[in-house]
Amino acid sequence: MRDSTLEQRRHHLALRFADHLAPEFILMNEEERRPYECDGLSAYRLLPLLVVLPGNIEEVQAVMRVCYEERVPVIARGAGTGLSGGALPREDAVLLGLSRLNRILALDPDNLCARVQPGVRNLAISEAARPYGLYYAPDPSSQIACTIGGNVAENAGGVHCLKYGLTVNNLLALEIVTVKGERLRIGGSGLDSPGYDLLALLTGSEGMLGIVLEVTVKLLPIPQRTQVALAAFDDVEQAGQAVADLIAEGILPAGLEMMDQASLRAAEDFVHAGYPTDAAAILLCEVDGDNDEVSEEIARVRRRLLESGASEVRTAHDEAERARFWAGRKAAFPAAGRISPDYYCMDGTIPRKHLARVLREIAALSEEYGLRAANVFHAGDGNLHPLILYDGNAPGELERAEEFGGKILELCVEVGGTITGEHGVGMEKINQMCAQFPPEELQLFHAIKAAFDPHGLLNPGKAIPTLNRCAEFGAIHVKAGDLRFPHLERF
Amino acid sequence: MTDDLTDVLREQVREAGHAGTALRIRGHDSKAFYGEPVDGKPLDLSAHRGIVDYEPTELVLTARAGTPLAEIEALLAEKGQVLAFEAPRFDGRGTLGGAVASGLAGPRRPWGGAPRDLILGVRLLDGRGQVLRVGGQVMKNVAGYDVSRLMAGSLGTLGVLLEISLKVLPAPIETRTLLLELLREAALARLRELARQPCPLSGACHLDGRLYLRLSGAHASVDAWAQRIGGEVPAPGNTFWEHLRDQRLDFFERPGQTLWRLSLAPATPRLACERDSLLDWAGAQRWVFTDHPAEAIREQVAAYDGHAEIFHRGEGETAPFQVLSPILVMLHRRIKERFDPAGILNPGRLGAVC
Repeated sequence: MRDSTLEQRRHHLALRFADHLAPEFILMNEEERRPYECDGLSAYRLLPLLVVLPGNIEEVQAVMRVCYEERVPVIARGAGTGLSGGALPREDAVLLGLSRLNRILALDPDNLCARVQPGVRNLAISEAARPYGLYYAPDPSSQIACTIGGNVAENAGGVHCLKYGLTVNNLLALEIVTVKGERLRIGGSGLDSPGYDLLALLTGSEGMLGIVLEVTVKLLPIPQRTQVALAAFDDVEQAGQAVADLIAEGILPAGLEMMDQASLRAAEDFVHAGYPTDAAAILLCEVDGDNDEVSEEIARVRRRLLESGASEVRTAHDEAERARFWAGRKAAFPAAGRISPDYYCMDGTIPRKHLARVLREIAALSEEYGLRAANVFHAGDGNLHPLILYDGNAPGELERAEEFGGKILELCVEVGGTITGEHGVGMEKINQMCAQFPPEELQLFHAIKAAFDPHGLLNPGKAIPTLNRCAEFGAIHVKAGDLRFPHLERF
Repeated sequence: MTDDLTDVLREQVREAGHAGTALRIRGHDSKAFYGEPVDGKPLDLSAHRGIVDYEPTELVLTARAGTPLAEIEALLAEKGQVLAFEAPRFDGRGTLGGAVASGLAGPRRPWGGAPRDLILGVRLLDGRGQVLRVGGQVMKNVAGYDVSRLMAGSLGTLGVLLEISLKVLPAPIETRTLLLELLREAALARLRELARQPCPLSGACHLDGRLYLRLSGAHASVDAWAQRIGGEVPAPGNTFWEHLRDQRLDFFERPGQTLWRLSLAPATPRLACERDSLLDWAGAQRWVFTDHPAEAIREQVAAYDGHAEIFHRGEGETAPFQVLSPILVMLHRRIKERFDPAGILNPGRLGAVC
C-alpha cells in the first residue's frame, strides 16, 4: 500500500469497502468528496482520499477493520461544524461520515436519559425530550446543526456551562468502536462505573482514541422560567468586576455573557437588539429555575449590578424582549462577518480576574497587527472569544490574523489560562499546544493515544503536536507567568 | 500548618522506583478499607498540606492533597461556598487527595456532581517521580486529553496527587428536609415524578419506609416546593444528611458484614439481593447488606447495565471490584504502564490489572 499512488489506494479501498457498503455510500469522485474538504474552519481545506457513509455500527466496524488491516488513517466527521479543523481531511485518509447514524434509540424519562446515535443533532435531543418536560443542557451555539458525536469529540460547551457543565458532565455512557473495529462500552446506566474514568478521557479526545457510535446523555427538567438582565457599563474593567461581585454574592447565573463595544455595536447594527451603543461593555445575565426562584434571583442580580456601577440595568419584560436581548449576542459572529470580509474566531480561557489586562493587551496587539478585534466573552466561566477582523483577499492578512490569534492564545496561557475553552485544538491550535504544555506532558498525551491507537491511525496529526513540531515552531513554554530560563534575554 | 513536601515525596517515589518497592499512598487512611489491600511501604501525604490558592470570585480552590477536608470546608463556609460533591468523611477525617483519588461523592451527587465533575487540574507525581501538571485552574479547558478527571477514582494507582484545583459553588441560600412515610415503590414513583419537574432537590434517600428529601435553593422556591410536596419537617438540628454522607446512620453499623454499593439507573426495580438496602441518589446508588453470593449480585446488577462493588468487605469475601472486559483490561494496563512503569503506586488497589 505504502508505495502505491493515491489513486490506486482509493480504488483498492473502495473495492474492499464495497463488500460492506452500498456503492452510493462510498464517495470517490472529486465533486462528491469536495463538500467534505473542510469543517467550520474553512481557511483549511484538503480533499479526503475517499469518503464512506456507513449506516449502522456493523458497517462502521467493517470500515474500521479494513482501514486497520490496510493501515489507512481514518478521520471521523459529524456535521462538520467544528471550529478548529478537527475534522480536516487528509489526502491519505478515509473520511468516516457519521451523519446517517442519526436515530434517537431510546428516550427514558424515568431515568432522565436518552440513548442516541452520534449523528443526532444536539437540538434534536432536546426537541425529542420536550414532551416529557426534559432537555439536554449543553447548548453550543451551533446546536441547531452540530451533532452529539461531535459534541463528545470536542467536549462542547455553550453559554450555560457555568451552571450546567460541559458535555463531559452530562454523559452517562458511550459505545465506541476501536481502531481495530471492536465494540467497547464505556460507562453504564448508573452514575459511576468500575475502573478508570475512560468516559472523561474519551470526551474531548477529538476522534483520536475511538469512534463514538452511541451516546447516552443525561436529561434535566426544563426550567419553569428564564429571565435575563442586560447591564451597561462605561468601563470594561467595571463590567469584569461586576461579574466577580455577582459570584461573590452567591449567584450562579445560568448564562453570563459580556460583549465589548466593538462587538455590541456590530451586533446592534445587524439585529437591532436595542443595545446601548455608547456603553464600553454590556453584560447579559440569565437566571433560570422555578417561578419563585427566578423572581428572587433576578431582583438580587439587578441590585448587585447597579451597586457594581452599571449605568443602566434592564430586565426583559416578556419572552420577546428576552429573545431580543439574546439576539445580539447570538448574532455576534455573523455581525462581525458583516463589518469585515472575514473574521477569525479565537477561543481562549482565562482566570476572570485577568480580563482587563487581557483585553488591554489584545487592543495593543490589534494596533500592532493593524487588524481590528471585537470581543465576546462567556464571562461566567472565563471563556473569551476575540474575533479578529481581516480580509482574506488582501495579501498577507490571513497570515497576520493567524499570528495575532496565536499571540492572544499565548497570552491566555501566560495569565494561567488555556488555548481552547470549547472549540478544541484540532489543526488550528496545534502549535499553541507547544506553548501550553512542556514536553513531558505532551509525551504523556502521546502515550495515552498509543494505548488506544498504537499505529496512530485515528485522526493523526491533530490535537497533540509531536515534539519535533514544537521544536520547529520554536515555542517558548510559558506557564502562569514563569518563563523558562528567565536569566536569558528574549527578543 | 502549611507545607510543600513535593521534593521529599519525589525523592521517596524515585527511590521506590529504583528499588522496585511498592508504595501504599495514604492521607488520613480513613478509607483504608476501600479497594484491595495494598502491601507496600506507606507514602504519607498528610503533612503535604495547605490551601495554595482560593479566590471565591473565581469559584476556584487549589490545595495540596494532604489538606484535611474539614479545613477546606471551613474556609469555604466563611465565603458562603461549598464543595458540591459532599465527600464522605469517615470518622470525621479525610483529605482532599483521598476524596479525589477515591472519587466518592455524597447525597448531592445527582445534582451537584462527583469529584470527576468538579476537578479542574492536578499536579501529580508519576511512578518515575516526575512532576506532571495536567488540566488547569479554569473551568473550560479542552486542550489535550482530560487526564485530571482520569485521576478521580483511580485510587492512587496512576499517580501521587500533589495539588488539586477544583470548581467550588455557592452554598444554597436555604436548605430544608422533608420526610414522607412511603414504602419503597411508592417512594420511587414519587421521585420519578419530581425528577421531571424543576424541583430544587439536593438529596433523596429511602430507608425503612421513609423517603427523605432535601430541597436547596432560593427561599421562595424552597417554601413553595415544600408546601407542594408536603410531609413532615424533622426537628431543627436534624443531621440526617451529614450522617448519611459519612455513613454514621444505624443502617451502616454492622461490623464484620459485607456492605455492597450498587450503581444503577434510578428507576431500576428492586433487585433480588436488595432486601436489606438503603436507596440514595434518588435510587441511583443503593447500599445493600445481603447473603447473596457476589456472582449472583453482579449478575442481577449487570442485567440492568449497572455495576456493583464491595464497599466494606466482610470476612471471607471476594474481590471488591468487578472484572473488566478484555479490551478494558488491555487499555487499563497500557495506561497504568505509562504512568507507573514499575508498578509501585498502590499496586492492585483498583483490582489486579492496575
